[in-house]
Amino acid sequence: MKTQKIGAWLAIFFGASYFIIPLIATFEFSLRMRRGEYSFDAYRSVFSDVQFRESFSYSIVMALLTIVFGVLLVVPTAYWVRLRLPQMRPVVEFITLMPLVIPAIVIVFGYLRIYNSSSYIPFTGSARGTDLLLMFSFMTLSLPYMYRSVDTAMRTIDVGTLTEAAQSLGASWPTIMFKCIFPNVMSGVLSGAFITFAIVIGEFTMPSLLNRPAFGPYLQLIGANRAYEPPALAVIAFAITWGCMILLQLVSRFSKSAPAKP
Amino acid sequence: MSFLELSGIQKSFGPVQVVKDFDMTIEKGEFVSFLGPSGCGKTTILRMIAGFETPSAGTVLINGRNQNELKPNQRNIGMVFQAYALFPNMTVHDNVAFGLKIAGMDKSAVDARVKEMLGLIHLDHLADRYPYQMSGGQQQRVALARALAPKPQVLLLDEPLSALDAKIRVSLREEIRQIQQQLGITTVFVTHDQEEALSISDRIVVMNAGRADQIGTPFDIYNKPATRFVASFVGTLNLIEAKVVDPATNRIIIGDQQITLREPLGSNAKAGDKVSLALRPEAGSIAEGAKGDTALTGAVVSSNFLGSVIRTRMKVGDAVISFDMFNAPGLMPPAVSEIATLRFTASDLLIIRE
Repeated sequence: MKTQKIGAWLAIFFGASYFIIPLIATFEFSLRMRRGEYSFDAYRSVFSDVQFRESFSYSIVMALLTIVFGVLLVVPTAYWVRLRLPQMRPVVEFITLMPLVIPAIVIVFGYLRIYNSSSYIPFTGSARGTDLLLMFSFMTLSLPYMYRSVDTAMRTIDVGTLTEAAQSLGASWPTIMFKCIFPNVMSGVLSGAFITFAIVIGEFTMPSLLNRPAFGPYLQLIGANRAYEPPALAVIAFAITWGCMILLQLVSRFSKSAPAKP
Repeated sequence: MSFLELSGIQKSFGPVQVVKDFDMTIEKGEFVSFLGPSGCGKTTILRMIAGFETPSAGTVLINGRNQNELKPNQRNIGMVFQAYALFPNMTVHDNVAFGLKIAGMDKSAVDARVKEMLGLIHLDHLADRYPYQMSGGQQQRVALARALAPKPQVLLLDEPLSALDAKIRVSLREEIRQIQQQLGITTVFVTHDQEEALSISDRIVVMNAGRADQIGTPFDIYNKPATRFVASFVGTLNLIEAKVVDPATNRIIIGDQQITLREPLGSNAKAGDKVSLALRPEAGSIAEGAKGDTALTGAVVSSNFLGSVIRTRMKVGDAVISFDMFNAPGLMPPAVSEIATLRFTASDLLIIRE
């Protein structure tokens, strides 16, 4: 029994060290910019870089827009599939899984072919149009996670009966959606939103090939040209992702004590 | 003109016809129960009244107005569901206020009405609770208050007591009936529990395979079942096969024992015809001094002491007749194989014609 316990702890230790040691090494290296002593110069340099601020703000705005439009697409879709089209469920699930099967580079080349400046829908003809296309591509990339989070949250409530109860009380479809369904799947929406946020912040392929000033391409650019800033950026990116994960955990924990099932 | 009229209602799901030519009228303030086994079409009719299903044929009229073209949210019908269907994100107050806010009432009027409704169900002290903080019975009472708050023209209850335990079920059904009578609201109640239907309804519709087998008062449904199905579904009933001996004098034979029926056999009956009879378990007794103008003798097959009653089964010819006697200090349950005489009134023996 005791040997088993020691074995388990050793496995955890080796597993954790596989992730933690490189991270500590990266953090340690990021502090070595000043010769002979540790400092946060690399971080100072990163934060004082206008390009960092611009690319980071750009990605944050894109992430927020992706979340808003993603939620507006996914929640009504998941709701309608549960309520009226349960037979379409496997089809919708398959479609939402496509971004995991098709590499991002293939998707973006498809976009460039279909939505280039000489096409019928010339998204790439202007900066705003390309931003819109980039946002749609982020929505596509986050679809598997967003759909599953929302669908799982929807499983915990009796969507059909709640809808009928609201209808019998005179509610219209928008009222049902925003007052009865949305608040009850909020934990799923937030989980999906945080994952979407993390994806958008770190995504390189889409913004790079669409030539937009996002955080992903900036990370790559710095990594190729500087020594101490890239590990600092890596640590910042980790911190952002972890921040999202902690929020996700908090939301899931909050949702356990919140009223979910009628 | 009746308040709620269902004329020629039919409903099919693909090739399966679940409601067949259903006609019924319900008066204002009446409490009507739809009683039947699962899949008999009772809930489908309720859902057609609510507007959640569209009839394949026929019309639903409420107060003279055709409801077929109206959406569920335009019908002003209150509905209570088996699964409570309270909005989990809202407090009791907000749940009850939901329909009132949609109706555009101002805040003070909403608050007053919510208070009135919560007072009606005796839950005014739980206004700030969430549904998950309440018991099933309390949630269902809130669901009832929520359905009644916007003053609907008809209240629909879709097996509202099925998810509750036995004790709460009895108290809540009495409360529902009392509130219904107090408000005088036309109510349609769907249940598969005969005791529920018998205890609170003005009239009962016994549904069988998409049709109404019988529509009548609880007394009529129980005491004068129109069909074999109604007789067997409502209450416990002994179905006894007999043969006509003399149609003129209503003489029949069960096994080798002849008796005379009070109910006429009908002009078409001939000697030797088979006839189905029904006898309620509480109609007969083998106790000493039991009253009755008719008697059947047989051997006791089993006898069970159930507390308030003694249930005995006895073989008469090929039929096994079950009957209940109220427990009394001097009454001993009969022994198995004992020959006993069951006495009852001939008018309690019903002829089942369908």
